[in-house]
Amino acid sequence: MSSAAVISVSDLVKQYKTVRAVDGISFDVPPGSVTALLGGNGAGKTTTIAMMLGALLPTSGRVQMLGHDMAKDRFRALARMNFSSPYVDLPKKLTVRENLRIYGRLYGVRDLEKRIDALAEELDLGEFIDRGLGKLSAGQQTRASLAKSLVNAPDLLLLDEPTASLDPDTADRIRGYLQDHCKRSGMTILLASHNMKEVERLCDNVLMMKRGKIVDRGTPADLVKRYGRKDMEEVFLDVARGTSALSAPPAHHPDPESPEGEAA
Amino acid sequence: MLPGSFSRIYAVWLRHVYILSRSVPRLLEIMYWPSVQMILWGFVSRFFAARGGGDLTTLDIALGTLLGAVMLWDILFRTQVGLSIAYLEEIWARNMGHLFVSPLRPVEWMGAIMLVSLCRAMVGAIPAALLAVPFYGFSIFDMGLPLLFFFFNLVLMGWWLGLLITAMLVKAGPGAESLAWMTTFALAPFCAVYYTPDVLPVWMQQAGQILPATHVFEGLRALTMHGVFRADYMWQAFGLNLFFLIVGASVLNWAFNDARRHGTLLQSGE
Repeated sequence: MSSAAVISVSDLVKQYKTVRAVDGISFDVPPGSVTALLGGNGAGKTTTIAMMLGALLPTSGRVQMLGHDMAKDRFRALARMNFSSPYVDLPKKLTVRENLRIYGRLYGVRDLEKRIDALAEELDLGEFIDRGLGKLSAGQQTRASLAKSLVNAPDLLLLDEPTASLDPDTADRIRGYLQDHCKRSGMTILLASHNMKEVERLCDNVLMMKRGKIVDRGTPADLVKRYGRKDMEEVFLDVARGTSALSAPPAHHPDPESPEGEAA
Repeated sequence: MLPGSFSRIYAVWLRHVYILSRSVPRLLEIMYWPSVQMILWGFVSRFFAARGGGDLTTLDIALGTLLGAVMLWDILFRTQVGLSIAYLEEIWARNMGHLFVSPLRPVEWMGAIMLVSLCRAMVGAIPAALLAVPFYGFSIFDMGLPLLFFFFNLVLMGWWLGLLITAMLVKAGPGAESLAWMTTFALAPFCAVYYTPDVLPVWMQQAGQILPATHVFEGLRALTMHGVFRADYMWQAFGLNLFFLIVGASVLNWAFNDARRHGTLLQSGE
């Protein structure tokens, strides 16, 4: 592990009976960066994120988040992290403000009401902050969920498809907000996404997963150049369909984050 | 207790207060069943008292024994159900994935839902107890200090039963949610709630001895029928409760770790 890495994953394996969902992956994520975890459905992204969150125990290997081993000391890391996913709901019968109060207390946020007001202003929640979450549009719910994931001003944010099912305007606003917030706060983000425009705009690094393995990695520009494609969408398709000579992991890639350049 | 534990326990408690405080139907449902039970059993007590001589003493004993048992059994049942529902609420809301990747420790969550279940049981029991006064001239509060011991032991039993049932729900999934309502009823015959244990077959009497409620209801009858407070029954119940509370918390903790091994925590939902 690089001593400065915010996330350090070594030889991580998750085996479910006959299925190896994650197959010996290793990577480091440096502080202040935005890293994308890409791959088709069933590639192992969500399983990897669940192990990073401590919600799933690895079969073998190690996950260190913010310097804490998630197998032994996950709560100290979890207090400085947060998570948002459109597939894990917040209580819909509660208002946005009530949800933020509850999660603010769970994360031990000081001056909670001030923090909620600040988030309401930053994410433009004011109009619906006192309405039940279940009565909001998909875009409003995503903003509320993002507010929850930022309530503790985390050092590390894990996002699972942050703009899934949003209209282009709302999605663009969310990406703009995340970009600005990262610059201002120095927060590290790891996100899983199927939206390659989002990846090109937000991410410094990309990890490409297929059948539980990391099959390639690099900056978006580097990957596009190396695959001889015009954008990440085409690179993604090459990797997912195995239609490029490069889509099989090469013996060695220069990797800006991993001196070993191991491709698991 | 760790730094921040109280804040996290309060957060979970507050979440359930928010749900209950804005749902009149839920609040009414919590109050409805204990009150209906009390009214029904109050008349049953009167009926048996009238057939048994009809004098005031017989009526007092009948009311104290049957109505007191109904109310106290309901506290146990509501505490257990309240605890299991607190878990199911998170499943129905698909909120487990957020809760268990927050700094909330499983033991803090257990503490919080115990508190929630106690509050739910009180919301149900107090109106029923108060209604019994104008209806039958029976006040459970006349039992005085012993009532506290009965109450405390039955709440403890409701908690460990709730923890064990929640562990089964974690393991079996929300499809098994009827366990939350069924399981405690299956124990009622063994606990000799409305009769003395000697009417039971020997094997049931022996099984009943390991259940704290059996000792509590023996204690209740000793008080209402003979005017004697049997501290030994309360100590026996308390010892058993402590043992089963440790077992319940350990089993639920194991169930959560098992869910983390199999990846079911983030997938929990209807």
